[in-house]
Amino acid sequence: MSASNSGKDESLISKGYDWIDSRFKIDALVEYMSHKVVPLHSHSIFYYLGGITLFLFLIQVASGILLLMYYRPGADSAYESVRFIISEVEFGWLVRAIHSWSANLMVFGAFIHMFTVFFTKAYRAPRELTWFSGIGLLALCMTFGFSGYLLPWNELAFFATRVGTGMAGAVPVIGEQLLIVMRGGEGVTGATIGRFFGLHVAILPAAFTVLLTIHLAAVQRQGMSEPVDWVNKPESEKKYMKFFPHFIYRDALVWLIVLNILALLAVIFPDGIGVVHWPLGEKADLFGVPPAVIRPEWYFMFAFQALKMLPAHVWFLEGELFGIIAFSVGGLLWAMVPFLDRKSVKGKEPKLVMAFGVFVVIFILAMTIVGYLVE
Amino acid sequence: MAKKDSSRRDFISWFLGGGTLATLGAIAYPAMRFINPPESGEANVSQLKLPFGRPEIQAEPSNGKTFKFGRDLGIIVLTEAGDLRAFAATCTHLDCTVQHRPDLGILWCSCHNGRYDLDGGNISGPPPRPLEKYVVNEVGDDIFIKKEEV
Amino acid sequence: MKKLIFILILFVPVLVLAGQNNCLTCHQDFEDDDGPSHIFSRDVHSQKGIGCVDCHGGDASLEDMDEVREVRGYRGVPSHREVPDFCARCHSDATYMRNHNPALATDQLDKYKTSVHGERLYRNNDKKVANCISCHSVHEMGNGKMPHSSTHPFNIPYTCGKCHSNPEYMAEYGIATDQLHNFEQSVHGKALLEKRDAGAPACNDCHSNHGAAPPGTENLAAVCGTCHALEAELFVKSPHNDAFNEKNFPMCETCHSNHLVVKPSDAMIGDKPPSVCIRCHSDNDGTKGLETAKAFRGMIDMVVAGREEAHIALREAITKGMMTTDEELRLKEVDQALIQTRTQVHSFNMEDMSPHAVLGKALTDTVKANSAGLIDEYYFRRKGLGLASLFITLMAIGLYIKIRRLP
Repeated sequence: MSASNSGKDESLISKGYDWIDSRFKIDALVEYMSHKVVPLHSHSIFYYLGGITLFLFLIQVASGILLLMYYRPGADSAYESVRFIISEVEFGWLVRAIHSWSANLMVFGAFIHMFTVFFTKAYRAPRELTWFSGIGLLALCMTFGFSGYLLPWNELAFFATRVGTGMAGAVPVIGEQLLIVMRGGEGVTGATIGRFFGLHVAILPAAFTVLLTIHLAAVQRQGMSEPVDWVNKPESEKKYMKFFPHFIYRDALVWLIVLNILALLAVIFPDGIGVVHWPLGEKADLFGVPPAVIRPEWYFMFAFQALKMLPAHVWFLEGELFGIIAFSVGGLLWAMVPFLDRKSVKGKEPKLVMAFGVFVVIFILAMTIVGYLVE
Repeated sequence: MAKKDSSRRDFISWFLGGGTLATLGAIAYPAMRFINPPESGEANVSQLKLPFGRPEIQAEPSNGKTFKFGRDLGIIVLTEAGDLRAFAATCTHLDCTVQHRPDLGILWCSCHNGRYDLDGGNISGPPPRPLEKYVVNEVGDDIFIKKEEV
Repeated sequence: MKKLIFILILFVPVLVLAGQNNCLTCHQDFEDDDGPSHIFSRDVHSQKGIGCVDCHGGDASLEDMDEVREVRGYRGVPSHREVPDFCARCHSDATYMRNHNPALATDQLDKYKTSVHGERLYRNNDKKVANCISCHSVHEMGNGKMPHSSTHPFNIPYTCGKCHSNPEYMAEYGIATDQLHNFEQSVHGKALLEKRDAGAPACNDCHSNHGAAPPGTENLAAVCGTCHALEAELFVKSPHNDAFNEKNFPMCETCHSNHLVVKPSDAMIGDKPPSVCIRCHSDNDGTKGLETAKAFRGMIDMVVAGREEAHIALREAITKGMMTTDEELRLKEVDQALIQTRTQVHSFNMEDMSPHAVLGKALTDTVKANSAGLIDEYYFRRKGLGLASLFITLMAIGLYIKIRRLP
């Protein structure tokens, strides 16, 4: 960026550029990028949400790699090593705080990103694949959160994980087996940490990278989705911003703001705040008395609360089983929305689909609020 | 005019470049400090390597020495037979710290004359429970302490 | 085969009748609900299979009470004076006891005879003095491990207090009746009765149980020293030991009182009231007494003040969210050093005491310094954040200007 400062730098950089370009033909790529545009309209701000989530993911990777240097999975070392990180390792508290804050913000960002995409109907053809990969990424995000929560092996995590994995037991037919596979045995033990750790640092990152590559490649190839009513707009009324450098610079500015907020949160509230908190507390005790209130992380609260509020039996089904089926069907409908909505492609309002979206948002908000209000 | 404009652009570039460098520094500094291993090297897990060895225990008039074990205080004693034995050092009566009495062959709590044998058993006085016994392993000159499996 | 079964069936009623306790059949009829025959099932003897006739003699299979009295070995109801021997028939029989409760001692009667109770019973034929059943109750006796038993540690003060805190009953003996009241206020009474610490002493732990008597003044070190071993050991070696004996002062009791032994406070030492030292010592008594007392107090106050400051510093570090477990553990060591410092008061020797106080002070200083370090670290984090935030903001502003200048 400061290349123009001296001629020497410029020549060096341009030499380096030429060297690479002569081998990889990136001129074509730059040419392609320079033609890319981003639509300008009243909801353009939503275009930054995916970038924010991506940025937080990159922070997760970086801070996660740092934590990995000291973290040691296992029932008799996990808690001790996390304690070591936050008490002995310099800035260990900061790295853990950043990792935890960024995790929560990333899930939050992903949710908001998804809902804005949903309500602007950006999922519609030809961007079905972007939507599907996005849904997959959100699911992976939540699995990341769930598996990472247990790793410090403290009381808070232990009981939440026991309850959380316990719900898998209600899945018909394979429930029992699923539970054992998830926990690495009948109960939540040191074996569970091993599994969750492997999931958290190897399987999920690999899967995430694949989906993320597809997601980003799709976005880059197809460009940003335009508002539905632009189909019928004359070209002269459509406004655009150049992707490079205009949009990229703005994106970078947003990232800096997010970074600043993240630093602020991590230093001032290293253990989180309110319902979003992760104090290390006491080490998990397999035979200990569960705390009075066991709460899942906030992004699981709506599901947890809904399952809890179900009666013991719905028709001939067990309440929990009914809940799991209902969530599966709801989730499938949500994921299939590019196929269910046939109207928005033609520039018309898909009223039924949007009503479903509003219902989902209200349901999630209401259940989350109720979940925190009771007890 | 054109000259002024370009100098301003230079200033902005300089400003942005400086800010970028400083930001990268603010990120890299804690990361580098984090990577730099702390004195104790690795986390004390359920197995603890004592920061002292047999000679230091022997040098104590009581042939016993306390040590920190996680959130607890432990005591390691050298018996007459030359064994090393380690226990939680907090008396089960009122949380005083026990000491080794080689003259009596016991662990002794001076607060209320609580007595434990060298297996941690509460043999007399007010203590209601035995002391938790730790597993001691000697590897060369190093002493390792471990909690007994439940 | 059939014959055999027939014979067996024929014998069943006989077997049942033979096993029946006819004592209860009649006694339950004419006794109230709290009479012996009704409550005996709760008795530890009943639970061990020892029945009426094992103590009272007679024959449980007889149906006529007059016939029972005729049986050889019928003992009926013992008189107040006969009770100890009545119980000792089994309880002093080592062979018998080994078969029924091998862990139980068999010297209760011998000890009883040495107690004030026993002496008065046998010498003065005193009918008011306690015998076995006065304390153990009768027909619903428990042992010391049964929570409802009159001899369970939590109940013993009230068992003794039944007589000893009754002024009318005790009038003719001319001894105080405030022991139970005092004990309840004492550190021992609070530990035993309020905190339910079964390790805390009840009456019998100092006075013995069957051999109950007030301990002699010179032997207090042995009595109190059962638990307060180090204090007793130090005291006996101190110059106070001879001085107290000479003046016939009971050693521990002189400063700590007996039944009303309250939790000792640092105010008990020093050269000003309410110090107990000034009861004997004065400025010009030719000893270093008050000087040492003052120095002791200074030492203790130093550690206490240091600990208080360390607590405050640590609490601030805790509220700032810093990791403080090491310092919390070190504060435990301070507590231990303070206990030892206070214990060493009983040596009445500055050289014995000061190392403990110095160690305690040094530990509090470490806690203070480390807590201050943690608090500094907290502010360092804030400053670091400020700086990092400033850098990020600068970069953001630079970028913003750059964006504004884009064509």
